[in-house]
Amino acid sequence: MIEIRNVYKSFGSTEVLKDVSLTVPPSRTTVVIGPSGSGKSTLLRCCNCLETADRGEIRINHRTIIADGKPLPDKELNALRAETGMVFQSFNLFPHMTTVENVMRAPVVVRGMAKAEARELAMELLRKVGLGDKADVYPSTLSGGQKQRAAIARALAMKPKVMLFDEPTSALDPELVGEVLQVMKTLAEEGMTMMVVTHEMGFAREVADTVVVMADGRIVESGSPEQIFTNPTQERTRGFLRALVDGHLAGARPQPPADDPLDTLPGNH
Amino acid sequence: MTLDFAPVWGGLPELLKGTVVTIEVTAAAFLLSAVLGLLVGIIRLNPARRVLYGIASAYVAFIRGTPLLVQLFLLFFGLPQFGILLPAWLCGVIGLGIYSGSYVSEVVRGAIQSIDRGQMEAARSLGMSYREAMWEVVLPQAFRRMLPPLGNETIALIKNSALVSLLTIDDVMREGQRIISTSFRALEVYIAVALIYFILTNAATWILRQIEKRMTVERG
Repeated sequence: MIEIRNVYKSFGSTEVLKDVSLTVPPSRTTVVIGPSGSGKSTLLRCCNCLETADRGEIRINHRTIIADGKPLPDKELNALRAETGMVFQSFNLFPHMTTVENVMRAPVVVRGMAKAEARELAMELLRKVGLGDKADVYPSTLSGGQKQRAAIARALAMKPKVMLFDEPTSALDPELVGEVLQVMKTLAEEGMTMMVVTHEMGFAREVADTVVVMADGRIVESGSPEQIFTNPTQERTRGFLRALVDGHLAGARPQPPADDPLDTLPGNH
Repeated sequence: MTLDFAPVWGGLPELLKGTVVTIEVTAAAFLLSAVLGLLVGIIRLNPARRVLYGIASAYVAFIRGTPLLVQLFLLFFGLPQFGILLPAWLCGVIGLGIYSGSYVSEVVRGAIQSIDRGQMEAARSLGMSYREAMWEVVLPQAFRRMLPPLGNETIALIKNSALVSLLTIDDVMREGQRIISTSFRALEVYIAVALIYFILTNAATWILRQIEKRMTVERG
C-alpha cells in the first residue's frame, strides 16, 4: 500500500506538488489523470525516491521511504525500491542485454539469486507477458509494445508488492497500446497494488478502483471511475475531460475541404 | 645525396629491443591511465562530493594544463631532491599514465553522461545500488562509446612515449638516437623509427576497432 501525506515538491522556483495526500490501498489500482504539467509523474517518481519530495511523508507498505526531504539511508532505500516495481514511459530496457537478461539481472545482482533460477523465473514472466519467444533477442529488435511488456516483466522479477506505472503507453503507437494495457489489467486482477499515471481513459474506467485527477500540483478530485467520468464535481475535471474528448474527436474528424480562395474574391470572374 | 639504410639494418636488433620497451612502457601507462581515468571520470560526475571532486578537478586541470615533458622531468629530476629516487622506467610509466589518465577521465565522464538518465533510474528502481547500477548498466553501455575517443588517446600515448627517451629509458626513440650517434645517418634512422611508431599506432587502432565491432555485433 502507498500512503502519501502532505507532499510538496519544487524544481527551482516552480512548485510542482502542493500538499498532495493520497492513499493506494493494498490490492487496489489507483489511476492518476490530469493535464501535462499537473505533477502526476513527479508524484509517482517521488514514491520510490527517483525524485526527492521536499516536505511531507511517503510510506510504502507501512515503511517510510521519505519524510520531510530525508529519504531512507541508501541501503534500506534500495531494499524498498526492490519491492516497488516501476515502469517508465520510455521503457528504459538495458540495450546491452537480451530480453531475458534484462529480466533476470536484478534478481541476480540485488537478491543474489542463482543464475539458473533467475533465468527460469524470467522465462516464466516473459511467457506471462507473451514474450516467451523473444527471450534471447536484444531490445532493439522489439516493438514498443513488446519493449514495455518486457519492462513490466523486469519489474515483476523482483516480486514487488507495489507497482508504479509512469505513462506506460504514451510512447507507443496506438495499435500497440492494447497489449500493454491487457498485461496491466491482468496484474490488477491478480491483486497487485498499482498506481498508474496514464492518459488512457478506457483503462481508467475499466480497471481503476479509484481515479485521481491532478491539476497544477494539487489533487482536484478523486473517486470511483463512474463518479469521475460521469459526474465530476469539479470544473477543472470537467474541463480536462472535455479537452480530452475534443482532442480525440479532432483527431478523428475528417478535415472539411478548403474553399477555393478565388471564389471569395468579389468580382473576379 | 643518397640514402643509406645499412645502419638501420645493422641496428635492427637494438631498434626491435627498443620497440619492445616502448610497447611495455606504453602498455603499463595505458593500464594506469585506464584505472585513473575511470576513477577520476566517475568522481567528476558528482560535484556534491566536494573534496573528492575538488582533488579530481585540480588533477585534470594541472595535468592537462602543463607540458608532459615538464611533468616527466618533475618526476625524474625533481623528486630526487626530496630523496625520492624512482627508477627511470617507473618515472616514465607514472608520468605517461598520469598524463593520459587526465584525458581518459574526460572521455569516461563524457561517455557516462551521454547515457540516458533513464538507464540509471531503471536500475535504481529495481533496487540496485549506485555502484551496482553503474557497473551493470551504465558502464557497459558507456564503454562502447568510449572506444573511439579512447583510440585517439592510445595513439597519443604511444607517440608521447617517445619523450621517455629523455629519462634515459631505452625505448625505440633512444635506440634510434644511439645508432645515429655512431652512424650519423639521422634521416634514415628517423624514417625507420617513424615507421615503427606508425605500425604501433595503427596496430592499436586496429585492435580497438575489432573490440568495437565485436560489441556492436553482440548486441544484434
